[in-house]
Amino acid sequence: MNIMSEETVKISLTVNGEPITSTVPVRRHLVDFLRLNLDLTGSHLACEHGVCGACTVRVDGAAVRGCLMLAVQADGANVETIEGLSDSGEVADLQAEFEVRNAAQCGYCTPGMIITSAELVAAGGLPNRETIRDHLSGNLCRCTGYQSIIDAVEETMNKRAGT
Amino acid sequence: MTPPDGNGGEGLVGKRVTRPNVRRLIHGRGRYTDDISVPQMLHIAFVRSTYGHAKVKSIETSAAETAPGVVRVITGAQVAEICKPMLAIAQHRPGHKSAPQYALAVDHVCYQGEPVVAVVASSRAEAEDAADLVTVDYEELPVVMDIMEALDPVSTPIHPELGDNQCFEHTTKTGDAASALSAAKLTVEHKFEFGRHTAVTLEGRAILAHWDHVEERLTVHHSHQSPYQMQDVFSRHLDIPEHKVRVITPDIGGGFGLKINVHGEELAVAAIAKLIGKPVKFTADRLESFVADCQTRDHLCTAEMGIDENGKITSMNFENALSVGAYTAYIRFGLAEGMMAISCAAAPYALTDYHARTRVAYVNKGIVGMFRGVGVPIGCTVTEVLVDQAAAKAGIDPVEFRRTNYHKDEDYPLVSVGGYSAKSMSLHKCLDACVNIMDYEALRADQVARRERNIWRGIGVATFVEAAAFGPVYYGPSGARVSTQDGCTVKLEPSGVVRVMTSVTDQGQGTLTGIAQIVGDQLGVDIEDIDVLAGDSATTPYGGGAWASRGMAMGGEAALHAGKALKENILDLASSILQTSSSALTLEGGEIRDAVSGEARMDLAELAKVGYFRQDTLPAGTQPELMVTRHHVPDTPYYIANGVQGAQVEVDIDTGFIKLLGWWVADDCGRVVNPLMVDEQIRGGVIQGIGNTLYEHSQYDETGQLLNATLADYLLPMSGEMPDIKIAHVETPLTNTELGANGIGESGTIGAIAVLWCAVNDALRPLGAQVTKQPFTPEHILEVISAAKEKYETT
Repeated sequence: MNIMSEETVKISLTVNGEPITSTVPVRRHLVDFLRLNLDLTGSHLACEHGVCGACTVRVDGAAVRGCLMLAVQADGANVETIEGLSDSGEVADLQAEFEVRNAAQCGYCTPGMIITSAELVAAGGLPNRETIRDHLSGNLCRCTGYQSIIDAVEETMNKRAGT
Repeated sequence: MTPPDGNGGEGLVGKRVTRPNVRRLIHGRGRYTDDISVPQMLHIAFVRSTYGHAKVKSIETSAAETAPGVVRVITGAQVAEICKPMLAIAQHRPGHKSAPQYALAVDHVCYQGEPVVAVVASSRAEAEDAADLVTVDYEELPVVMDIMEALDPVSTPIHPELGDNQCFEHTTKTGDAASALSAAKLTVEHKFEFGRHTAVTLEGRAILAHWDHVEERLTVHHSHQSPYQMQDVFSRHLDIPEHKVRVITPDIGGGFGLKINVHGEELAVAAIAKLIGKPVKFTADRLESFVADCQTRDHLCTAEMGIDENGKITSMNFENALSVGAYTAYIRFGLAEGMMAISCAAAPYALTDYHARTRVAYVNKGIVGMFRGVGVPIGCTVTEVLVDQAAAKAGIDPVEFRRTNYHKDEDYPLVSVGGYSAKSMSLHKCLDACVNIMDYEALRADQVARRERNIWRGIGVATFVEAAAFGPVYYGPSGARVSTQDGCTVKLEPSGVVRVMTSVTDQGQGTLTGIAQIVGDQLGVDIEDIDVLAGDSATTPYGGGAWASRGMAMGGEAALHAGKALKENILDLASSILQTSSSALTLEGGEIRDAVSGEARMDLAELAKVGYFRQDTLPAGTQPELMVTRHHVPDTPYYIANGVQGAQVEVDIDTGFIKLLGWWVADDCGRVVNPLMVDEQIRGGVIQGIGNTLYEHSQYDETGQLLNATLADYLLPMSGEMPDIKIAHVETPLTNTELGANGIGESGTIGAIAVLWCAVNDALRPLGAQVTKQPFTPEHILEVISAAKEKYETT
């Protein structure tokens, strides 16, 4: 049996606005890199095969599954995590709506939910609940039953649209 | 009854207070066990049994030992040298048989995924690499996978020392069900299969254990619902004095009962920390969670109900069989699935004759442990399905039929035929509230109109009970070291703010917020001025943690009394400072006031300053006591919460797909401390119940291999298919306690499973079809429809 190689590669990328240069094992996926190399533990792992959405991060503006992307693929990219999005205030209104509805219980899916929701919120408009449900249908939440999350996204979009 | 906030209902209890501790989670600043790293920390990967049943002949570890990053490779035999095996024997259940379960298997593996060898390395990746290099030579043994086959005394016993594969059997009798059923005007009978599934906490089980060999102390960070239970387990099994074991439960990414169980590899991690003297971490990945997390359900049931000429239920016979996997779960016994099912069945109804039997089998599957509802969904579903069938056969509307068959409000206190003692239940009020919010009559009219257009809609209305906050009357005689009391410490800090330490733990339910509300009302302090700490066995009062929906019912009551006692002490001290009697003073809005005029005399900060720093100004001998602890022990085996759920579904009879159109819940959990948290517990619970009923199934093949151990193969409810849920509260405060709060954690799940069976059967009834198997796959729906068609055509 082969031992997997611990071959490493040097990568440079931007994480939450900060330039980072790091040498990473080529087999390390992006979220392990964020968690283990940078101590950014807000991105979570729950399935590591792209189904649950707990690891969702933003790469070059798009919400992606951080477990399906290798760290080396993020070389040169602009990566934003829940920590960065929280601190910049970009999703503060969305987070406030989550808080007021208790749209997070254990909170493990929440960073992924926020980042996936933020994508829809940023697109603007006033989608109906079914559209919001569809947009979030790749993010597993085992606690809330989703309704409060849908409410939070809907209300954020209503408020941003001034309705 | 006086509202328990002591402020005429104007306080925090009853308000939709948001959780102060949710903000960090929403901002990505949660601290879950896997987020914690300590110096010199090593990582563990387990080699797991690839067979459902086998003898371990030999283990070859030399290649793994020399692999990059590997520190040690440890076998089950090595762990067993310092770690006693687990043996779950329910002493209050005569006839219960159980075999010892080693933290890591030594020479006998009984289910696929059972941990056998631990590889300790500098990183998890290296530990996993090396785990692949461990060779275990197995001699495959025959598996027993089927419940009925296992219960057959001729099946080969998994544990030869037990003689056969029957773990337990129990019969409950009230009256004479056989005679009553034969005398009944109408009888209905049905078969049920409840598929085995698992909890799927989003955060896998995780543990970080550190043995300090100088002080001989074990410190464990553990994704677990009860730090006290695990302190006890680590202490006893690893032979460490209890005061040298500290278990801290940081943020937990979902519990649902799974994380109250004791899992072998978690005990092994603590043992390995002690063996190697360095911090070791283990986090279960998704595959490991599927094969090695405790699982749940797996019941086969047949049941019969008899009705007299007046449409009254007289009798019920309920035959239950289930499998608990290869071992009895430590420390709470998987056989509870069956006992809870047969004792809760028929609880809402005033029948007189009941017979029920549960038989529990060992099979070569994962261990069945605690999970939200523990057997109650089975008992409720079996009852409610029969009630619907009886109503249909008697030609009575199912809502009306329930109304006439429920216990009457004036009949309490009572003991149900299955043995549930209830001081009161609000069945009629909940039924009225539920049919009201669902607009039942309109749904029935819509159903009739659509059937003419070949649209098959079903309406379900189902009653549920939840036995919450189990007390010492139940667990004491079992011999299991399960704390059925909870405690709370309330401390006034020198600046006048308050710290609370509770023994109940919070995995997102909002329990700690409720505790803060209760204490805040006793002391007249705002939520912002209270911080609640929990989840540390070394620093908080001893208690149970989170299980059996006890957070508010037990932890809340302890908090109320601790707050009240501190208030008394504060007023005593104030009376010394102000040279007046304590009865002439009150504590409101964080200020000590004159009881008559309401005039503010001093605030809590001023009082605390004197209490902590200026005792020189007090009369000689004054001993300020600004920290108080109180505990609460329930006076009954459990508290019965109850309610009614309604559901509207549409069944596509060509594809077998089920669409959820509407969902309604009328719930009575006693005093509602925080309606926002209660609503979200209900909603989350309902969605889990829907998942259990429609999608979730841990499927084993005939050789003992789990077929669907990924989230791609194991279906779960996602946002796209789930309904919005409308909730009505019926609030009947418990009279057992001053707070009056009952349980809420499991109600949603229990009721949802029952009502979904009822709704789908309601849709299929005109076709002569009824579901028999959970989860309701499209294949199953088509199968029962086509079987009904065949039956119709041949008769």
